[in-house]
Amino acid sequence: MADTKEMKKALFGPILDNNPIALQVLGVCSALAITTKLETALVMSLALTSVVAFSNLFISLIRNQIPSSVRIIIQMTIIASLVIVVDQILKAYSYEISKQLSVFVGLIITNCIVMGRAEAYAMKSPPLMSFLDGIGNGLGYSFVLVVIGTIKELFGFGTILGFEILPLVQNGGWYQGNGLLILPFSSFFLIGGLIWFIRTIRPEQVEPKE
Amino acid sequence: MSAKKESLGKTVGIVVAVCLVCSIVVSGAAVGLRSLQQTNAALDKKSNILNAAGLYEMGMSNSVIESTYAERVEPRFVNLDSGQFVEAPTADYDMYKAAKQTEYSTQVTNSNVGFQRRPDVASVYLVRDAQGDVSRIILPVHGSGLWDLMYGFLALDADGQTVRELIYYQQKETPGLGGEVQNPAWQDKWDGKEIYENGDVAIRVVKNANPSNPHTIDALSGATLTSNGVENTIRYWVGEQGFGQFLKNQAWRS
Repeated sequence: MADTKEMKKALFGPILDNNPIALQVLGVCSALAITTKLETALVMSLALTSVVAFSNLFISLIRNQIPSSVRIIIQMTIIASLVIVVDQILKAYSYEISKQLSVFVGLIITNCIVMGRAEAYAMKSPPLMSFLDGIGNGLGYSFVLVVIGTIKELFGFGTILGFEILPLVQNGGWYQGNGLLILPFSSFFLIGGLIWFIRTIRPEQVEPKE
Repeated sequence: MSAKKESLGKTVGIVVAVCLVCSIVVSGAAVGLRSLQQTNAALDKKSNILNAAGLYEMGMSNSVIESTYAERVEPRFVNLDSGQFVEAPTADYDMYKAAKQTEYSTQVTNSNVGFQRRPDVASVYLVRDAQGDVSRIILPVHGSGLWDLMYGFLALDADGQTVRELIYYQQKETPGLGGEVQNPAWQDKWDGKEIYENGDVAIRVVKNANPSNPHTIDALSGATLTSNGVENTIRYWVGEQGFGQFLKNQAWRS
């Protein structure tokens, strides 16, 4: 049984020390597209976290049975099934948000974080640790999405989760919404800024000069 | 262990087992959640109709949507050839399913609307104001865009001539280009446009449309084929193969 310290590392390590988006630069595509509103960012985080956690768990459970010649296909089958289940649940319980997320839920299948963790960690580690590693990486992804989503929604629309924080000029307030932040590509700047910030407080993440 | 793990029989066995388990999970989820999803889809359709009716407000709760719909919107069926109201041919009638069955549909001729058969009986939604008079008529329209069929609702004033809204609720056009058919700023351009001129269909979607011309709407920039698709769709559905006869009869007035 893995000791608690190792479990903590698997769970919380990916948030700052080994963040899948900020350090490994995986899964950036969906982080760019769906962070305009905090609500969609939260739902997407939840969907991705559950997919990574459960795909890690199931793949780890059968890791000794998977023939290495077809291991990628088996990983994809499990991941794809989980994504479809998550998509169905979203359509049933949260139709509006599932419409906004549209193809991006389906595209979790191709999100490099999920495949990356399955191949790099779950194939070699026991189920419990793999599950925690999945949750940890999901949290790392969620952390970035929530930060970006908060910034974009607050300064783009003047709201947080739909509640008015900065009253917009159009509604008789004083705040002029930042049109740039409403557009998907503004996440490039924000993610860049976030990576800079993390590397400033964790200088060991900076790659050595070649 | 490792030699055995790689044998052909074992590989096939594992693949089949994984596929079996996964397909059971996926189909279980799909079947188990279907009724909830259908309720959501029906509610979504109602909120789109309310949107076309001009009665939708952001953040309406499900029960408010249901009650407003029940109070103000009356779904009816129209025979497209005669233009008169008819009873639904079957219980649970769906015009899009009927279009696929030869006994309920007619071949489309002389149109690039993008589908082969149109149903003989179509849905319309009459919107009543607080006094109970018909204030808007909502016509379901569909036709091909660039990539696929686009489905929407065209809302007309009770004169059967003036456009109020064109709401697309299902389309697969390129986001940012053709997908702008759902942009409220573009939807607003339809408000007040007139369909017919001297009894002929006159509405057009053109580049650099003059905003003061009541029959032209400015095309979407970068989406010529989608704009053409919208034009073909609207011209087909208000034309004589579509709701033309119904709009001429003005059967909702009696």
